Amino acid sequence: MIDKTFESLERAVADIHDGATVMIGGFGNAGMPSALIDALIAQGARELTIVNNNAGNGETGLAALLKARRVRKIICSFPRQADSQHFDALYRAGEIELELTPQGNLAERIRAAGAGIGGFFTPTGYGTLLAEGKETRLIDGRHYVLEAPIHADFALIKALRGDRWGNLVYRKTARNFGPIMAMAAKVAIAQVRDVVALGELDPEAIVTPGIFVQRVVKEAA
Amino acid sequence: MSDTSKPAKRFTRDQIAARVAQDIPEGAYVNLGIGLPTKVANYLPAEREVFLHSENGLLGMGPAPAPEDEDEDLINAGKQPVTLLTGGAYFHHADSFAMMRGGHLDVCVLGAFQVSEHGDLANWHTGASDAIPAVGGAMDLAIGAKQVFVMMDHVTKTGESKIVEACTYPLTGVACVNRIYTDMAVLNVTPNGLTVLEMAPGLTFDELQAATGATLVQ
Repeated sequence: MIDKTFESLERAVADIHDGATVMIGGFGNAGMPSALIDALIAQGARELTIVNNNAGNGETGLAALLKARRVRKIICSFPRQADSQHFDALYRAGEIELELTPQGNLAERIRAAGAGIGGFFTPTGYGTLLAEGKETRLIDGRHYVLEAPIHADFALIKALRGDRWGNLVYRKTARNFGPIMAMAAKVAIAQVRDVVALGELDPEAIVTPGIFVQRVVKEAA
Repeated sequence: MSDTSKPAKRFTRDQIAARVAQDIPEGAYVNLGIGLPTKVANYLPAEREVFLHSENGLLGMGPAPAPEDEDEDLINAGKQPVTLLTGGAYFHHADSFAMMRGGHLDVCVLGAFQVSEHGDLANWHTGASDAIPAVGGAMDLAIGAKQVFVMMDHVTKTGESKIVEACTYPLTGVACVNRIYTDMAVLNVTPNGLTVLEMAPGLTFDELQAATGATLVQ
């Protein structure tokens, strides 16, 4: 019997290694898998490369991981916010590397990795600082920039419900990066509010099919 | 003391927002950028069905909820609580940006630091060496919508024109702006240059030209 559910958050993140590339879902705090992040902080992996839209808000979730100094590099679109103080301090001290990418390029680079695409030409960013040094091409009269996929060792995402085959549904705008990060990582770990029996999720409404998900863990006992 | 006999010669921010709303027809798919552009929603008449898109993953965005109805999983691109209208939909980020990049939005309304006479847009970064850069969806919005509207003050707090021959701030997009709404005028970006569609009441063309860092076509 295939059972992707894990009985504890600790076990679900136990093999995340030093230097791993870890995608973390969420847009601000909506969809932030804070229970998995707390388990990762306790687990102790260091020198991580993190992929997230932001660079932490407030004191919890990704901000707490940054504060614990576990992150060597962050790939994101919008690090600076009113409550991104932990990122700001590390950045100003030169203790974290930032790869800034336009938000749609970030999403498509993640999707491309999950879809087996080796790169894509996008009009976004053409003629700007964020396209400097990148290959460009004129296609049907429009300028495009070549962008590379972003692969990850692990993805930590938050969903509303999941089953033992890894099928997931999300809640409202907390869906954001979850479906594409699940596709792009070797090991996608979903924290869910509820683990449900096979068949309880409507097959017409499953957002992330279980093929993209390796581990499902309940966010609170 | 205010001199009430003197014409204001400036649109207020609410008047600018109302003016932008006039140009958004029923059935339009629209993204209102963070900040001043969000005011436009207040001037879309209730009977006009307009689909508001928020790049974090919703179409059919409704107004802010009552405080007791706020839901941390239902937010807009500015991370503020919002509601979903009946018939609205949620989707993931790659789909959301496909809507933008793929030309499916009819209109997006953005704020700006500068717009050039060719429609180049600068609105994400001041270029200051000590600034922490953050771009978000600005570059995707700038190049993706069928029509890109900018709403902004005509001049900076220190009196410099925000409409320029060439942007001095780092660009967000090249030749992407179609129309500019300011407190002084509504301008179209055309292959022949910036044309004046409307001016604030009481303002003369010469006064407008004097406040503008690019040549206007009358």
